[in-house]
Amino acid sequence: MQIPYTVEPRPDTGLYNAKLGVWLFLASEVMLFGALFSALILLRTGATSWPHGYEVLNVPLATINTMVLITSSVSMVMSWAALRLGDFGKYRKWMGLTFLLGLVFMVIKTMEYAAKFEHHLYPSHDNFMATYFTLTGLHGLHVLGGMIVIAYLLGPGSKMWRTEPERYTNRVEVIGLYWHFVDLVWIFLFPTLYLL
Amino acid sequence: MSGHSVEEIRRETRVYVLVFVALAVLTLVTVGVSYLHLSFGAAVGLALFIASIKGSLVAAFFMHLISERRLVYAVLILTVIFFVALILLPLGGYHDRLG
Amino acid sequence: MSASEEQAVGAEGHAAEHHELPFWQRYIFSQDHKVIGLQYAFTALCFLLFGFCLMLIMRWQLAFPGRPVPIIGGLLGSANAPGGIMLPEFYNQLGAMHGTIMVFLAVVPLLVGAYGNYLVPLQIGAPDMAFPKLNMASYWCYLPGGLIMLASFFVPGGAANSGWTSYPPLSNIATSGQTWWLVGMVFLITSSLLGSVNFIVTIFQLRAEGLDFMRLPMFVWSQLVTSFLLLLAFPPLEAAGILQLMDRVAGTSFFMPSGLVVSGEVLEVAGGGNPLLWQHLFWFLAHPEVYVLILPAMGIVAEIIANNTRKPLWGYRPMVYSAVFLGFMSFIVWAHHMFLTGMGTAISSFFQTTTMIISVPSVVILSALLISLWGGSIRFNTPMLFALAFLPMFGIGGLTGLPLGLAPSDIHLHDTYYVIGHFHYVVAPGTIFAIFAGIYYWFPKITGRQMSERLGKLHFWPSLIFMNGIFMPMFVQGLAGVSRRLYDGGAQYSHAQGVLHWNAFMSMSAFGLLVAQIPFIINLFVSIRWGVKVGSNPWDATTLEWVAAPSPPVAHGNFPELPVVTRGPYEYSPPESDESFLPQNAVA
Repeated sequence: MQIPYTVEPRPDTGLYNAKLGVWLFLASEVMLFGALFSALILLRTGATSWPHGYEVLNVPLATINTMVLITSSVSMVMSWAALRLGDFGKYRKWMGLTFLLGLVFMVIKTMEYAAKFEHHLYPSHDNFMATYFTLTGLHGLHVLGGMIVIAYLLGPGSKMWRTEPERYTNRVEVIGLYWHFVDLVWIFLFPTLYLL
Repeated sequence: MSGHSVEEIRRETRVYVLVFVALAVLTLVTVGVSYLHLSFGAAVGLALFIASIKGSLVAAFFMHLISERRLVYAVLILTVIFFVALILLPLGGYHDRLG
Repeated sequence: MSASEEQAVGAEGHAAEHHELPFWQRYIFSQDHKVIGLQYAFTALCFLLFGFCLMLIMRWQLAFPGRPVPIIGGLLGSANAPGGIMLPEFYNQLGAMHGTIMVFLAVVPLLVGAYGNYLVPLQIGAPDMAFPKLNMASYWCYLPGGLIMLASFFVPGGAANSGWTSYPPLSNIATSGQTWWLVGMVFLITSSLLGSVNFIVTIFQLRAEGLDFMRLPMFVWSQLVTSFLLLLAFPPLEAAGILQLMDRVAGTSFFMPSGLVVSGEVLEVAGGGNPLLWQHLFWFLAHPEVYVLILPAMGIVAEIIANNTRKPLWGYRPMVYSAVFLGFMSFIVWAHHMFLTGMGTAISSFFQTTTMIISVPSVVILSALLISLWGGSIRFNTPMLFALAFLPMFGIGGLTGLPLGLAPSDIHLHDTYYVIGHFHYVVAPGTIFAIFAGIYYWFPKITGRQMSERLGKLHFWPSLIFMNGIFMPMFVQGLAGVSRRLYDGGAQYSHAQGVLHWNAFMSMSAFGLLVAQIPFIINLFVSIRWGVKVGSNPWDATTLEWVAAPSPPVAHGNFPELPVVTRGPYEYSPPESDESFLPQNAVA
């Protein structure tokens, strides 16, 4: 028994199953992060005092991190292009770079958190720190999740390139969409938390 | 997506590089603008405006939304409507409150 | 569970060999939607019974306050009920967990996890769901989530006790059971998200050839809309859950206002939080959730009514548009649960207006189902009895919702027993009756055997009577002003004295309802083994699960060959033929 449209798109929707699936998942993620943004807005609006992000947080470090994530998005989409051209070697290099950049992002994030903790700035300090840690923490977990899937695709999952290359390419497209979304969330998180 | 020619894919990669440059520049602009220390309302508006442009570039070109199917557009439009409701209505409840 | 090993047609798309999966892969970690659906059904029915029992213990206390709980009083433990006499703290646990278990562990897993999983692929002519592994993962997130919820009864301080609504600041400072509740919810929400993605992709992508959207059975439409509700409404509750976990575990103040005094001491928290933030995020999910509770039930009732009136559903198209419109509106009505939180008239009017608007599609669907009976050759079998009873019961539930959706009257009725009466009418003799109807109706498809009609009627009539006995007096108590969530059922309040006597009546009805389930439980187990054997279509139904698949369906793949759809879903008594019905895959 075969599930249809796992690789070739269904004619009337024009999509293969996982493509529709990941967009639906991303829609739910929009609502998840949206709820947290809503929380931030409501809390800030009702607060008697709220610091500017640049007064408390490390803007230069976060700017670097923003560039890191944007670059990782480029390397991700380049890896998918390479795969579509049939160049597995190039794909591996671009995808490996994506993983590495994700790692750099997480390391810089850890440094940021460590610096905050050193100054006894924990989530319980005030709602600014609470929202900062929760929003960036959840975002960081999403980066980690993406890295795990990338590691799988580069590692044990890569066997599928030899047996079902189109299906493998689709998987790369799907993780790509997820990764770009995580970048997109950061594009909004960065100014909201650090610059306002 | 499958079925695209080598030429098309190469053309796309050129677009990716252009988008990358645009994103990098806009990031620096965002940071630069923050040093102007505008009024809160203006700062928020400008920051979100630039972020929206960056986000749209990522969505349109990296996520290929610019050439996606109607069904995906429909799902996303629905999501945006509810997202806006989730942001605005609680805020409305805060501003229009008794006492 | 009688999966038909004899019919294990060569699977996996390779050579046509018999392919034997080991026991644990066939029944425990199965990827077959039918097995997963039955796993959900069995688990959820257990939770349904458990949640029901929690309520019975509560109702004992309400009817006979201060008297030791009989039979099991000693088993409740001295922390909860010393000498068998329930403590108020334990009553609160029972209340919070009854609601949580019924909504999140019983009804939705039944409607979506069990019915949806089992029937949607069959009704659309698909071999399985689009993502079988995801389906399996969905069940295996649900079960741990449920077990975590149950385990919370045994931690110090007991289970969550701040209502199923978990409002802060109370829930923030509540005993550790609340943290377990939050963790359990994270599992359940994850399960739900995985499932909703699966359902939507399956319905869009795996419909059989010829199955256009306007030929889909109402049941599939209801599952599609429901899945969108779950997909987009649950994440804000997940976010809220994370925020409350942060408050409880990391000491943040998302929901903690400044200067909160507990037991005479000012709490040492940063403050600046907003308890209403929780309410907004919670109800953003919980309102669409109630449509999750009703839409699949309406879908089930629609199938059974069409089949047992032997005529097409009246108003199929309006029903479809209504279901979709209802789903959309359900996202922008939520603060009608918050009319008494200090919202001003402008924002309250907004939500009141959207709430009034949303009642329209509900009425359209109910009316269409009622009108569908007109001129029908009605067969009064057990599924049809439950389906018919659903109509007036849901009608009462829906109509009693109107004074709640109107802000001025809600001022008097909010947080009273009137609310409890309203929503129970919709869910209990509403949704649960639809669930019963569906069990009697689809049992033959799942097992190849029929349930006893005699035991079915013995289940139906007392259940209907006792349901009304429990919930009708609640409107009386609510109108008199009796608040909900009171350990003594209102006994301490002078305004409640005149209506207190209803407590004993309602509790006796509840015990009666328990007894009325005995014929059903017997019927279920006995019929699995000794029920009369039937063929693939004992009800002479039109939809694909009946006309294209055997009873039970083929173990992997459902259909001997994938059906091609040529007709609509309800071509009963077709004018162009002598047949009593034309199947959806009839040769054109």
